[in-house]
Amino acid sequence: MATIVAEATGQAILQEEHEQSFLRKYIFSTDHKVIAIQFLFTTLFFLAVGGFLAMMMRYQIAWPDQPIPGGGIFPESMVASGYILPEFYNSLVTMHGSIMVFLAIMPMLVGVYANYLIPLQLGTHDMAFPRLNMYSFWVMVPAGILTLASFFVVGGAAGAGWTLYAPLSARPDLTGVALGQQMWLVAIVLIGLSSIFGSLNYITTVINMRAPGMTWFRMPLTIWALFITAILGLLAMPVLSAAGIMLLFDQTIGTSFFLPEGGGQPLLWQHLFWFFGHPEVYILILPAMGFTSEILSVGSRKPVFGYKAMVWAIIGIAFLGFIVWGHHMFQSGMNPTLGLTFTVSTLFIAVPSAIKTFNWMGTMWRGNLHFHTPMLFAIGFVAMFAIGGLSGIFMASTPVDIYIHDTYFIVAHIHYVLFGGSLFALFAAIYFWFPKMFGRMMNEKLGKIHFWTTMIFFNLVFFPMHGVGMVGMMRRIYDSTGYAHLQGIGGTNELMTWSAFALYATGFLFAFNFFWSIFKGKKAEANPWNATTLEWQTPSPPKHGNWAEVPVVYHGPHEYSHPGVTDKDWLAQNERPDLPSPAGGH
Amino acid sequence: MDWALPPNYSTQGIVIDQLFWIIFWLTFAAFVLVEGGILWFVLKYRNREGHTAHYTHGSNKLEVIWTVIPAIVFAVLGAYSAGVWANIKNPDNFPEDALEFLVVGKQFEWNITYPGMDRQLGTADDFIVRNQFHMPVNEPVIVNLEAEDVIHSFFIPELRVKQDAVPGMTIPIWFDATTTGDFEIACAELCGLGHYRMAASVTVHESADFDAWQASQATAQAQ
Amino acid sequence: MAHAATAGRAPERGLDVYTQKVGMWVFLCSEVMFFAGLIGSYVVLRFGAADVWAEPGDVLAIGITAVNTFILICSSVTMVKAFAAAEADDQKGIRNYLLATTLLGALFLGIQVYEYTELVLHAEWQGSHGFTPQAGLYGATFYTMTGFHGFHVLLGVVCLAWATKRAYAGHWGKDNTHGIEVLGLYWHFVDLVWIILFTIVYLI
Repeated sequence: MATIVAEATGQAILQEEHEQSFLRKYIFSTDHKVIAIQFLFTTLFFLAVGGFLAMMMRYQIAWPDQPIPGGGIFPESMVASGYILPEFYNSLVTMHGSIMVFLAIMPMLVGVYANYLIPLQLGTHDMAFPRLNMYSFWVMVPAGILTLASFFVVGGAAGAGWTLYAPLSARPDLTGVALGQQMWLVAIVLIGLSSIFGSLNYITTVINMRAPGMTWFRMPLTIWALFITAILGLLAMPVLSAAGIMLLFDQTIGTSFFLPEGGGQPLLWQHLFWFFGHPEVYILILPAMGFTSEILSVGSRKPVFGYKAMVWAIIGIAFLGFIVWGHHMFQSGMNPTLGLTFTVSTLFIAVPSAIKTFNWMGTMWRGNLHFHTPMLFAIGFVAMFAIGGLSGIFMASTPVDIYIHDTYFIVAHIHYVLFGGSLFALFAAIYFWFPKMFGRMMNEKLGKIHFWTTMIFFNLVFFPMHGVGMVGMMRRIYDSTGYAHLQGIGGTNELMTWSAFALYATGFLFAFNFFWSIFKGKKAEANPWNATTLEWQTPSPPKHGNWAEVPVVYHGPHEYSHPGVTDKDWLAQNERPDLPSPAGGH
Repeated sequence: MDWALPPNYSTQGIVIDQLFWIIFWLTFAAFVLVEGGILWFVLKYRNREGHTAHYTHGSNKLEVIWTVIPAIVFAVLGAYSAGVWANIKNPDNFPEDALEFLVVGKQFEWNITYPGMDRQLGTADDFIVRNQFHMPVNEPVIVNLEAEDVIHSFFIPELRVKQDAVPGMTIPIWFDATTTGDFEIACAELCGLGHYRMAASVTVHESADFDAWQASQATAQAQ
Repeated sequence: MAHAATAGRAPERGLDVYTQKVGMWVFLCSEVMFFAGLIGSYVVLRFGAADVWAEPGDVLAIGITAVNTFILICSSVTMVKAFAAAEADDQKGIRNYLLATTLLGALFLGIQVYEYTELVLHAEWQGSHGFTPQAGLYGATFYTMTGFHGFHVLLGVVCLAWATKRAYAGHWGKDNTHGIEVLGLYWHFVDLVWIILFTIVYLI
């Protein structure tokens, strides 16, 4: 708040002019591009950490009766005489989910790409509040440190699930985790703050700082998606912060907001959490949808099919996203009649997702498809997101949800949406905007290998999860071998674990390509993909301030293969079309 | 590899499974349409010598078609689901005169209070058995779910039963079993370090055998 | 900003409002959701659960908080006056009204601290001496909501003090009103939240 006031007085703007010290330029930078890259490195690190936790879980699920190789390096409180302890397994489950959602995928979608793309694609020099933008990164850093440190405090890391259901999360005596849980709650509040700072910037920048000619319906779909996502974050994160603070009070100072002994209500936590949590789901997928729309259009050399329908679908999803939270709670003891209304809203929210899927197919239809790595991942996104969307229909139907709720069917569903969806789109985005960020291309051959191995092993890990879910395997169980009804799934679990290891290994292939290309990749031109949006009409990487001269926008964002343009198959947004009829976005 | 729903032994399960398979075939058709379409486009419209893209910004007719058709399908599905759901979960639709039990989850066990021979909970002949749920066959039963410490979830896969047990609440559910035999209760909601072993057994008896079992328990506990 | 006038065309701006003001409105939206989370929980807990709440006036002193409410409302008025003075380039007015707003805000905080102290040390509630955040949901929700509001007032007072200091350096004027206007938006919001809290926590 103080920062906005300070910037209102013109304090912050001046610092850009003169030569900057190393610290100002790379560490405490207010340049949106540097902040985006800081977010990128940080979130890739957490992606690797979150994945590592998943590997340990997968080992335990596949071979619960065998000691984990190399288990000796872990403290006795985690792995005792080679065996993962049940309480540590719960921490793995909890922190895998928490880290992936809050420290990897969400900040990668918005922290990296909203930061990087909004000023560049809108044709402005930086964010509305550059200093606030810097804080949004530096508030997240202590959150990350707290999260990692929580593994090594007495009692270990939080173990009540990423959803933190009270009373399990509220009473340390029930889990043995006190400090770890509290550290994680403080981290959540910090992440909330970071996200709100970010959203504030993104929204204000989109509303007020578009280049001349950049009308609302000339904005690239990525910007639309990031803009709506920022609104969701702005309105949803504070609710989580409020709830997290109350939970923290229950943990530390002896209140009982969510503890029935003191008159509190455990279900209140779930309502607050999912009131945040469902918009959060769309925070995690809308930007991915934006990247995909754009990359499919570039790769197909065709305008996005149904641009306006896509925009309205995004807006529709965002609006409905606030009234469907109860569908996470069908079996929670919530009034069953309330469940009905949530079924209706949930099925309605599936409609815009269907619209988007068909429009992506429409974009590819009669296109001229170039299969570079970003395009492959974008197509992969559509294919995988479709599966995740379809499996969601099972749980939207309340009676079916009775059986599959809290089974691996749900785990399969969220991973098809979050990994097959969000992460595939993120890989597409990383390959696609890498040349702009670092001035070099990523290696195409390695990229293609990365795509195909990811595609294959991803499906081998997560498709069978629908199967074990149907068999009835519960989520978050340390050892399934004790159950009669789960006797037949050992082989499937082993297959999934081996595939998970292979999937994780492909991550190293990606990491190698990423870091190698930063230093040794082929030099990138300003516009290596022959794309139309503004970020490609400035050098790779763009200089501080982005533009020598602010671009003027003449038409919609995805003008490919226009019949009136003969010398090339694209028309940049800032190119004046000398055409008989203006190529507007109709 | 055995990727199937476990056999179902309850009347609710019949409709649940039916709905599951309806959705399965619906989504399977959509799956084939979408994935097949993608594959076809990838092959047909790949970049090659002399191939150019067709310039279009979309089609309002198509937008309407693929908005309306999913909306209708979802509306029908929602309406059908709503009816089934209300029959299962809405206490107004619970069978009358069903035998009532009290099940209390706590870390990490299920304590079952039986109504005793008078078929009434809250009377002197009630008795509690830990981790063993016995019930008569072909007779609806009502389980009042409670939890002592944290949230647990009462899950019997073969009877298609699942309901969270929440501290501070009493949540009634009803179900039946259409065959005698032994099944399992599992906990489906993360409830602490022993979550994975919070199992209990379900034994479905012939009606007369159930009465005999209750009688024997009642005398055993009275001593 | 410099680039706005480039290319000899009207800049394509969404709103005819300067960026910092948009930013503050956006920020206040998230603040609304934060307090909605707290107040919503309060409503659910109070009217949906069995825990006991005192009759209005039994534990919480309505008189002194009514005075405090009046103080905060007055500070909103002086804030408006400060902005008007800035627009009129009335340096003396800017100084005095900003100073008054700061002092009224500080006075509000002082009274709140006094109120808390009295409650914790002397109030009688459910047979025990002292009304603390541990005193059931009544205490927990009371201290959480009013405490977070107080924290917002504190932030506001710090910014106001800073703005007042600048006023004495002649910083504000009719060409430099944005900072005061944006700060004013925040201050009126904090005031509004208090009026809601006063109604639902003290009077109902």
